[in-house]
Amino acid sequence: MSLAVAPPVADARLRLGLRAGLGIFVLLLGIMPLLNLLPVTHPLHVSDFLVSVTGKWICYAILALSLDLAWGYAGILSLGHGAFFALGGYAMGMHLMRLIGPRGVYGHPVLPDFMVFLGYQELPWYWLGFDSFPFAMLMVLLVPGMLALIVGFLSFRSRITGVYLSILTQAMTFALMLAFFRNDMGFGGNNGFTDFKELLGFALNTSAARAGLFYASLVALVLSFLICLRLTRSKYGRVLTAIRDAESRVRFLGYNTTSHKLFAFVLSAMLAGLAGALYVPQVGIINPGEFSPANSIEAVIWVAVGGRGTLVGAVLGAFTVNGLKTWLTSAAPDLWLFVLGALFVAVTLFLPKGLIGLIKGRVQ
Amino acid sequence: MSEGRRLYLDGVSVVFDGFRALNNLSLIVEPGELRSVIGPNGAGKTTMMDVITGKTRPTAGKVLFGETDLTRMDEAGIANLGIGRKFQKPTMFDALTVFENLELALKAPRGPIACLRWKLNGEARTRIEQTMAEIGLTERAQDLAGILSHGQRQWLEIGMLLMQDPELLLVDEPVAGMTDSETEHTAALLVRIAGRRSVVVVEHDLEFVRALGRRVTVLCDGSVLSEGSIDHVQNDQRVIEVYLGR
Repeated sequence: MSLAVAPPVADARLRLGLRAGLGIFVLLLGIMPLLNLLPVTHPLHVSDFLVSVTGKWICYAILALSLDLAWGYAGILSLGHGAFFALGGYAMGMHLMRLIGPRGVYGHPVLPDFMVFLGYQELPWYWLGFDSFPFAMLMVLLVPGMLALIVGFLSFRSRITGVYLSILTQAMTFALMLAFFRNDMGFGGNNGFTDFKELLGFALNTSAARAGLFYASLVALVLSFLICLRLTRSKYGRVLTAIRDAESRVRFLGYNTTSHKLFAFVLSAMLAGLAGALYVPQVGIINPGEFSPANSIEAVIWVAVGGRGTLVGAVLGAFTVNGLKTWLTSAAPDLWLFVLGALFVAVTLFLPKGLIGLIKGRVQ
Repeated sequence: MSEGRRLYLDGVSVVFDGFRALNNLSLIVEPGELRSVIGPNGAGKTTMMDVITGKTRPTAGKVLFGETDLTRMDEAGIANLGIGRKFQKPTMFDALTVFENLELALKAPRGPIACLRWKLNGEARTRIEQTMAEIGLTERAQDLAGILSHGQRQWLEIGMLLMQDPELLLVDEPVAGMTDSETEHTAALLVRIAGRRSVVVVEHDLEFVRALGRRVTVLCDGSVLSEGSIDHVQNDQRVIEVYLGR
């Protein structure tokens, strides 16, 4: 399981190069919405489609970073990270639903359409407060964080690791998916939430709002990266890698590994929730399909392809695989799932350290 | 009454599926004592270490460290009380450098936040450097532990044990795979450590145990067969039968 290797000096130079590359990449992303403003005939014009799809990928990259923190560093292979992403998305969705106000099809002043349709007389208690943006943002972080705290505490304390933990997290997201499909949960059943109107006073269907969400996501990605960097370069990060490679040895050194893993897992879930919250207003819909186990597994593949245990790798993987997906699902839609499967097998067999490992190999 | 005992095992038994790995084992280690534990394979040496360090819960019996009951604590809690352990197969973190391995072992607050805020100060650096000098790995400070030779790994793990600054060191086969001069060096180091701390050494190598020259406990079938100086146990008829004679 150990991911170790290259002498640290060459490693540091490479790391610097990768980080410079990432900086340039972020700058390029940053000017995309500006290029979108150019006239359509201009050679540097970037289409609305490309801007909106890139906005989604940025959110995926945050999810990949969060998964990498849990898996690549702490060795917690979560196959349910999509659940944290979806919960963050639902929290944001609830806020967006409340902001629709009387503009719904049924024109009810408070209740969202689906509640009127299902015969609700008043808002369920857990919908209270979501009309406030700060409260909704707090929930975006707290709800996934609390779930991770509970699931993590129970499983880490009982020393459930490896495959068993992966199956457990997979079951967690599957159970949530089934629950969210039920109409009487009060989250819109299988239709979920959609038809959002505005956020922070900006109409969502304008290009200004799209650009705003794009930049918010980009800032969130940079901040998440810096947080993860700060964490993984500290002694705490080294404790995590030590736990990943030899957990029981870390215990004999006097570290309570449960609390260390829990800290990483909860933080990771919060980042995933943030990614989901930024994703939902950009795609305009959230439904229980986001909890689908396949989504969580795809996220694992992004990280594996990019190179787990390296932050740049997680970001690179998210963009590469999703870029490939967007291209292939329009060029040859039937092929995508086979390609995704083949990609995972190929990376596992030939590129255990992912694309980053490949780059490192070339440099040395 | 606890005066004069660091570690106190009384009537400890461990039963795995009907097999008695430890059978009514009693052992007292005094502060500053260096104790060697020998015995044939399956005598219960490693299980005894597991019980002391919280890896295995005893089926019956008392395990006290000073006045503290160890049977109710987990590995991390016991380690923080001041009990350090070196494993039979040297175990460390291969993806980290020699320096980083020692830094992780260094006695310091162990919580996630404390680790996040940790800054390597001059005092800590000096301690790590002293330890690296002591275990002869100064030149290898920035090398990953994964590329060290077997003997160097043994040394690194002993170094990690020293960084923990424990009151009691449990050392499982420290000289396996070492050359003669390395073995001598290790014996000298362990003798130097004892005095300030208690050390329990499990070894197969009788020459090494002789070099340590202290009290020896012979385990057999999960309990103490004989105890005393190396000459005493080597002349004990029962010991010769089960162990030395073969």
